[in-house]
Amino acid sequence: MRCKSLFSLLIVAFGLFCLTNSVFAQEASAEPVAAAAPANGGEKKLDIGEIIFGHVGDSHEWHFFEIGEKPVAMPLPMILYTKDGVKVMSSGHFEEWGKDPVTGVVKSNSHEGVHIEKGMKEKVVADDGSEIYDLSITKNVLSLLISVVLLLWIGFSVAKKYKAGGATKAPSGFQNAFETAILFIRDEVAIPNLGKSKHGRYMPLLLTLFFFIWINNLLGLLPGGANLTGNIAVTLCLSLISFLVMVGSANKHFWGHLLNPPGVPFFVKIVLVPIEIISLFIKPVALTIRLFANILAGHIIILCVISIIFIFAGLNKFAGAGFAPISIAFSIFMFMLELLVAAIQAFIFTNLTSVFIGSAIEEAHHHDDDHAHEPESIEIMM
Amino acid sequence: MDLLIPGFGLFFWNTLAFLLVLFILAKFAWKPILKTLGEREKGIADAISSAEKMKGEMSQMKSENEKLMAQANEERSAMLKEAKELKDRIVNEAKEQAKAEANKIIADAQVQINQQKNAAMAEVKNEIGSIALEVAEKILRKQLATTEGQEAYMSMAADSIKLN
Repeated sequence: MRCKSLFSLLIVAFGLFCLTNSVFAQEASAEPVAAAAPANGGEKKLDIGEIIFGHVGDSHEWHFFEIGEKPVAMPLPMILYTKDGVKVMSSGHFEEWGKDPVTGVVKSNSHEGVHIEKGMKEKVVADDGSEIYDLSITKNVLSLLISVVLLLWIGFSVAKKYKAGGATKAPSGFQNAFETAILFIRDEVAIPNLGKSKHGRYMPLLLTLFFFIWINNLLGLLPGGANLTGNIAVTLCLSLISFLVMVGSANKHFWGHLLNPPGVPFFVKIVLVPIEIISLFIKPVALTIRLFANILAGHIIILCVISIIFIFAGLNKFAGAGFAPISIAFSIFMFMLELLVAAIQAFIFTNLTSVFIGSAIEEAHHHDDDHAHEPESIEIMM
Repeated sequence: MDLLIPGFGLFFWNTLAFLLVLFILAKFAWKPILKTLGEREKGIADAISSAEKMKGEMSQMKSENEKLMAQANEERSAMLKEAKELKDRIVNEAKEQAKAEANKIIADAQVQINQQKNAAMAEVKNEIGSIALEVAEKILRKQLATTEGQEAYMSMAADSIKLN
C-alpha cells in the first residue's frame, strides 16, 4: 500500500508539474503567486486556488493531466432539462474558455443556448438566464456509477461464495476480509445500538452505507479520482436517507419524549421542546457536514502540500526542488492518514446512523432520564 | 460558499444509485451472507454445546466403566475363592470316600480270611480226630489181640471200679 500511495503521489506531482511547466517557462519575474486572479490579463499565472478547487469540485469532463497547454480529458455526456425540454450533448462542445469582461467569471463558449461557468464549482447556465436542471453525467456521477458497479460486483461475488460454500465452509480469500467488515458492523455497530432482536431490519442499510462510503472514499484517493464523498450533495443524500429511516422507524416512546417530556415542568417544556426538535434536525446536518468536511479537507490538504512545491518553485526553481522531498514526505503522511480517515469516516457515519435509529426505536425503560445522552456523547467525537 | 450548496444533478443521481445499490445488495448479497453467517454461528454454538454434552457423557461413562471394572474384579476374586473352596471340598470328600472304601475292602477281606481260616481249622480238627481214632483203634486192636493184654485191661478196668 505504501508503494501504491507513493506511486500515486508521484503521478499527482507529475501531473501538476506538467500543468504548471509551461507557466514557469513564460514567467520571467519570480513574483509570489497568490490565489487571487492574475492582475495583468495577458500573462498566465499559477492559480493555486483554481487548481485546488478544480480538483475537489465536480466537472463536466474528466480531466487527467495536461501535456504542455493541451489538456488530456474525457468529455462526459450532459443531460439538461431546460425550458425547451431535455437536451443531451457532449461536454466536448465547450472548449473555448474565457473571462467575462463584465462579471469577471470564467465561462465557456455557448452551445445550444447554454454555457458553463466556472467559479468555485462548475455551473451550467442558460444564455437567456432561464432555469436549467443539470442531470449531466459529471465526473462525480461517473465515479459514483463506477463505485456502484464495484459494490455490486464485490457484493455478488462474495454472496456467491457464501451460497456455494454454505454455512459449514470456512471463509477464504476476499470473502474473509469482507466477512470481518460485515461482522464488525453487525457486532460493534448494529447490535450494541439497535439491540439483538431489532438489528436485523437495519443491517442492509448499515452495511450498504458503510461499504458505499468506504469505497467512494478510497476511489476519491486514487490519482485523478473524483471527490465524491467530499461533495455535499452526496453526503446530504446519504444523511437524508438515514434520517428518513430514523424518523420512519421512530416509536411512540421517542415522539413522546421529544414533544412532551414526562416529569418536566411546563415552563421548562417551552424551552426544552424547541431545543429537542432542533436537535432532531441537527442530526442529519451533522452527518452531512462531518463526512463532507472531513473528506474535502483531506483532499485540500494533500493538494496544498503538493502545491507548496510549485509556490516555492515560483519564487526560485531551487527552492522548489529543495522543498519537494519535504512536501512529498508530508503528503505521503497525509495520504496514509486519509486512507485511515476513509475507513474511520465510513464507520462513524454508519455508527451514528445506528445510534440515531437506536434512539428512535428504543423502548420505554425505568431510567427515564438517561435515554437521550448516549447519542450526543458519540456525536462529539470526530 | 458554492461548495456548501448541494448540486441538484449529483443529488438526484446519488439518491438513485444509492437506493438501487441498497435494494439490490439487500436482496442478493446481504440477505444470503447474513443468513449464512447466522447459520454458521448457530452451527458452531451447537457443535460446542454438543461437544460439551459429549464430554460430560464420556466422563459419566468412564466412571461407570470404572465402577463396572471394580465390580467385575470383586466378582472374579469371589468366584476364584469359591472355586478354590469347592475344589478343596471335592478333594477332601474324595479322600474320605476313598478311605472309607479302602477300610470297607480291608474289613471284608479280614472277614473272609477269618471265615476261611475257621473252615480250614475245622477241617484240620476233623482230620486230626479221625486220624487219632484210627490210631487208637489200631493200638487197641494190637493190645487186645493177646490174652494177657485182655487180662491186664480187665484188671485195670476192675481196678477203676472201686466198691465203696
